[in-house]
Amino acid sequence: MSTPVPARANAPERYYNYAYLDEQTKRMIRRSILKALAIPGYQVPFGSREMPVPYGWGTGGIQLTAAIIGPDDVYKCIDQGADDTTNAVSIRRFFANVADVATTEDTGEATIIQTRHRIPEKPLKQGQVLVYQVPQPEPLRGLEARETETRAMHAYEEYGLQYVSLYENVSAYGRIAATAGYPVMVEERYLMSPSPIPKFDNPKMAQNEAVMLFGAGREKRIYAVPPFTRVRSLDFEDYPFETQTWEETCALCGAEDSYLDEVILDDAGDKMFVCSDSHHCAERREAGHVGPMAGHTLDQDAALKEPAQ
Amino acid sequence: MNAIPGRIAPAPLLSVEGLTKWYGHVLGCRDVAFDLRPGEVLGIVGESGSGKTTLLNCISGKLTPTSGEVRFDTRRFGLTDIYGLSEPDRRRMQREEWGFVHQNPRDGLRMRVSGGANVAEPLMNLGGRHYGNMRQATIDWLDRVELDTRRIDDKPRNFSGGMQQRIQVARNLIHGPRLVFMDEPTGGLDVSVQARLLDLLRELVRDLGLAVIIVTHDMAVARLMADRLMVMKGGEVVETGLTDQVLDDPQHPYTQLLVSSVLQI
Repeated sequence: MSTPVPARANAPERYYNYAYLDEQTKRMIRRSILKALAIPGYQVPFGSREMPVPYGWGTGGIQLTAAIIGPDDVYKCIDQGADDTTNAVSIRRFFANVADVATTEDTGEATIIQTRHRIPEKPLKQGQVLVYQVPQPEPLRGLEARETETRAMHAYEEYGLQYVSLYENVSAYGRIAATAGYPVMVEERYLMSPSPIPKFDNPKMAQNEAVMLFGAGREKRIYAVPPFTRVRSLDFEDYPFETQTWEETCALCGAEDSYLDEVILDDAGDKMFVCSDSHHCAERREAGHVGPMAGHTLDQDAALKEPAQ
Repeated sequence: MNAIPGRIAPAPLLSVEGLTKWYGHVLGCRDVAFDLRPGEVLGIVGESGSGKTTLLNCISGKLTPTSGEVRFDTRRFGLTDIYGLSEPDRRRMQREEWGFVHQNPRDGLRMRVSGGANVAEPLMNLGGRHYGNMRQATIDWLDRVELDTRRIDDKPRNFSGGMQQRIQVARNLIHGPRLVFMDEPTGGLDVSVQARLLDLLRELVRDLGLAVIIVTHDMAVARLMADRLMVMKGGEVVETGLTDQVLDDPQHPYTQLLVSSVLQI
């Protein structure tokens, strides 16, 4: 990144405290994180702060990151799998600014990856932390509006209700059609919403080497999946859990096993499928993989000259 | 009847003793005691504000009484005070062994999910994880409460009031409870629908050998459904006895008033 080097943390001319939040707030959040890690899948309440972005833009994830980040970290932020979307770029620049961290788009290089909607395709390693931005931490909320009741249901492990939504799916579509935020059981004890990641990514959570932290800023909840934890997606005996599959391959890198986004190209209904994980796709193209629509390289000079004429 | 001398009466399914509920200094109900045996239908009648619903809520574990005991013959713990059980055990017992039919189907149904899912929910709560089996059980039960099984996936709001009540009945019987509470189950329905639903309820209760506690202010419902009646006034039970006995030969002045004020056409 080409951001100018800001004043070091705690330098007198620095406008914000290191990593934006004050030390007491970060301490409070760290305590909640520790509790969340100790009870995998349990939603720990925390005193969510006002952040310089609106609720729904990742305030929970930003507070988690702010609480755990240090100057030696390498930070990556993705939105829908892509490094180059507005939200991801803004949050990445925010932490480059307030926490003096190096930023990267490389999944393997990053120590903290903040995400919404995806788990990167490249398997995560020990020592990495994946921070999820969560809009609704309560998987049962759609069926049970009372917080007192859902808390009791978690406490007493009464999770039959969650199956009602799966039942509705099967009766309406003939299969479990839910695609994102697909509920999981963590360590066979707590029912957890994996934030709106596609169910394609659910199996990646099981026995993952990385620490996974979930932050919901508006709902004021933190929960976590520690490394090497059992995570099971719910299903029926006669309708087992399945992930999405595509008949197409990635149009740019030809990947057959990654999560694909459908992109409409024109009014005639032409479309292409591309990897949603932009770094994964770029890495594969560099390695020489070619998809059906990646046959040509752009002539940069020609492209620059054209508008002038 | 049974002529064996010294026949032992079956153990009570539910035994209530000295049940009192105060709302601050306002009386809900005072010193209620009765036994309910398996397969018995008990009617609780009385005017509005007489403490019927307070009593029902106390017995069904929804409202902690100020004093007194509610003992139920649970499958796992035998005859126990339900308020002495831990909360998870009590909730589990309620799920497994009880049903509760509300007056307003909106209170007893999940309006956002289909009628079929509403009926199947108790099965899932008890650990059912096989869709096909639960679907079949749902269809069987919809058929049993005389609903069109093709409408299994319609939302409750698309059913008429009487049909919603039938869905609620199916939902509360599908898991084979031993005791069902009914709070004015025919309250909001017109007379012909009411009659048909009562008929159905009577048949189901007899076929399944259910014990039922039914709260109603409608003497006709009490006469048709209940084996025994408890008449309440001002939070206290003023008269108890066999239904026909209480209705045909009321002793307490209030019961006499109640019986005589039924409209005749």
